[in-house]
Amino acid sequence: MDDVNGAPTPAGPELNARLEFELNLYYQMKLIRAFEDRVSRLHRQNKILGGVYSGAGQEAIVTGICSALRPGDFVAPLHRDLGVFLMMGVDPGRLMAQLMGKENGLSRGKDSFLHGGDLEHGIFGSTSMLGSSLPIAVGAALKFQIKREKQVAVAFFGEGAASRGDVHEAMNFAGVRRLPVIFVCENNRFAYSTPLEKQMAIEDVAARAEAYGFKGHVVSGNDLLAVVQIAERVIGRTRDGGGPALIECKTYRYRGHSEHDPALYRDKEELLEWQSRDPIPRYEFYLEKRGHDVRHVREQIDERTRQVVQAAVDFAENDAFPEPQEALEDLYAPPAGPANLNGRS
Amino acid sequence: MEVTYLAAINQALHEEMRRDENVFVMGEDVAELGGAFKVTEGLLEAFGEDRVIDTPISEALIVGAGVGAAVLGMRPVVEMQFSDFISCAFDQIVNSAATLRYRHGGRAACPLVIRAPSGAGIHGALFHSQNPEAWFTRVPGLKVVAPATAYDAKGLLKAAIRDNNPVVYFEHKRLYRSVREDLPEGEFVVPIGVAELRQEGRDLSVITYGGTVHQVLDAARILDKEDKVSVEVLDLRTLLPLDREAILATARKTGKVLVVHEDRLTGGIGGEIAALIAEHAFDALDAPVRRLAALDTHTAFSPPLEEYILPNTNKIVEALRSLAAY
Repeated sequence: MDDVNGAPTPAGPELNARLEFELNLYYQMKLIRAFEDRVSRLHRQNKILGGVYSGAGQEAIVTGICSALRPGDFVAPLHRDLGVFLMMGVDPGRLMAQLMGKENGLSRGKDSFLHGGDLEHGIFGSTSMLGSSLPIAVGAALKFQIKREKQVAVAFFGEGAASRGDVHEAMNFAGVRRLPVIFVCENNRFAYSTPLEKQMAIEDVAARAEAYGFKGHVVSGNDLLAVVQIAERVIGRTRDGGGPALIECKTYRYRGHSEHDPALYRDKEELLEWQSRDPIPRYEFYLEKRGHDVRHVREQIDERTRQVVQAAVDFAENDAFPEPQEALEDLYAPPAGPANLNGRS
Repeated sequence: MEVTYLAAINQALHEEMRRDENVFVMGEDVAELGGAFKVTEGLLEAFGEDRVIDTPISEALIVGAGVGAAVLGMRPVVEMQFSDFISCAFDQIVNSAATLRYRHGGRAACPLVIRAPSGAGIHGALFHSQNPEAWFTRVPGLKVVAPATAYDAKGLLKAAIRDNNPVVYFEHKRLYRSVREDLPEGEFVVPIGVAELRQEGRDLSVITYGGTVHQVLDAARILDKEDKVSVEVLDLRTLLPLDREAILATARKTGKVLVVHEDRLTGGIGGEIAALIAEHAFDALDAPVRRLAALDTHTAFSPPLEEYILPNTNKIVEALRSLAAY
């Protein structure tokens, strides 16, 4: 485990800002959980078709990592990281429309689930070839380096994708060029049905970082506070020119690989054990220690997330499906024109 | 001044990097060495290490990083040292790059050029002779070009760099130093998607591109001289999107079409062109569309094998005579 101590204790207005920040993280994590629970329900009701990949149990990772990002940073989420979209400020209604294949979805109905990115919010829509987004995040970091911009790129990947060559190529080059990129491994112990011990002969993906010339950190992915602290420290260091880093977050996938998968290959005891380490009550415990009336805060926030999710569902359900002939649109950008194509410079 | 096909590519890179500071070059041995073929020679000295980047042997990384930089507004020109190695980057090209705009609902673009030295006839054997264009010409979201002259090599590369889409640029290795011409002094660009009539003719049409264009022109001269047969030669230049109008126009004009390419016969672009003509210009045909391409095998090393496999001027002359006699 990484040393998470050492930050000075804030006071006065700084303390108030910190408390507000921490409460907001709680809201975000609860929103991700509520949104994904609703998505699972909508999938059972056939209102969301196709592959649905729940990140339930892993919310603290995306919440904590994204909390250290700034406008202009680049993030490539993996297929289970719906929370990245919410954290980076994507409108929940458009996100729900995306999942339903509606006209105002991020990809306007072209691709399913999380493949529709939103570069206006710095989110690259990753493909299903998990791990292939790491070279892409490296390219974004290369741009930041060439242009001397104080931005970072973050690529999320699972321990499953860690077996792919793209991951090796990306990390190796990032190390060679000392690029401002942070690789975040969500080690949830299963690549679809294949358990960790059949995927790698070592315990920690983070151990590989050293071989690429940068530091690997291991943190509990179910401990939001720990993820936030390591994210602030490591991402801050990378932003200040400290080169790439790898953060491995140990966690567990509550649901199957997809909603179609009952995950019968999994040990029930193991699931129970990990559910007892759920990131939400764990963070509530921290808030309580901080002096918050957690029951009151929870009630307020549950009501707020319920409203946000319901509004998103209403928006998406009322949104139109695309016209069939739109299948032939958005293949090519106009052949020439200004370089600013993505709403960003 | 006469400029080789290779120097024309080098000029295009210099000019575009001077014109637009977002253009940068990345690949294996492109900086210090100036490229395995010296195509990128002088760029490091002119533009520095930030914009001329040597990479490890990592084709997926090279293209993937190009995609990442391109979506943020850069214009990377990445090199596959040999087009044979492009298979190592296949996923990044056909999935990451080609679907990018589509899956982002039209709110993103990927202005990326992938240069790939291709082609046989240089004793390169199985893994330094390939013509992999047909793996890419059926992928929506990509553009694919294959210049045959120094003028087109320069003009198409400049157009590719300015294009807001991923462009796979196949440069034929055999043409690097064997083809040369006087290039205009000033600025010029060759538009993507427009074929060029290399030679007008009345009796037969040949549709070709890249490495076989010059063999076809030689064969056409022989037919003109020895057989008094007038051959029209259409150089496609762009393979995706195809210039359908130019293809159908020449087919309608002469009524007899031979398609020639150095890529293998089965599944090659010739099949698509033949189908296009059969669908839209059948009434104008006086003979079945014929195809001459590399045999359906790998590009073997030993000279008699390689020669047996590849199209050449004599084989084209033979095919044209047979078509003329139909």
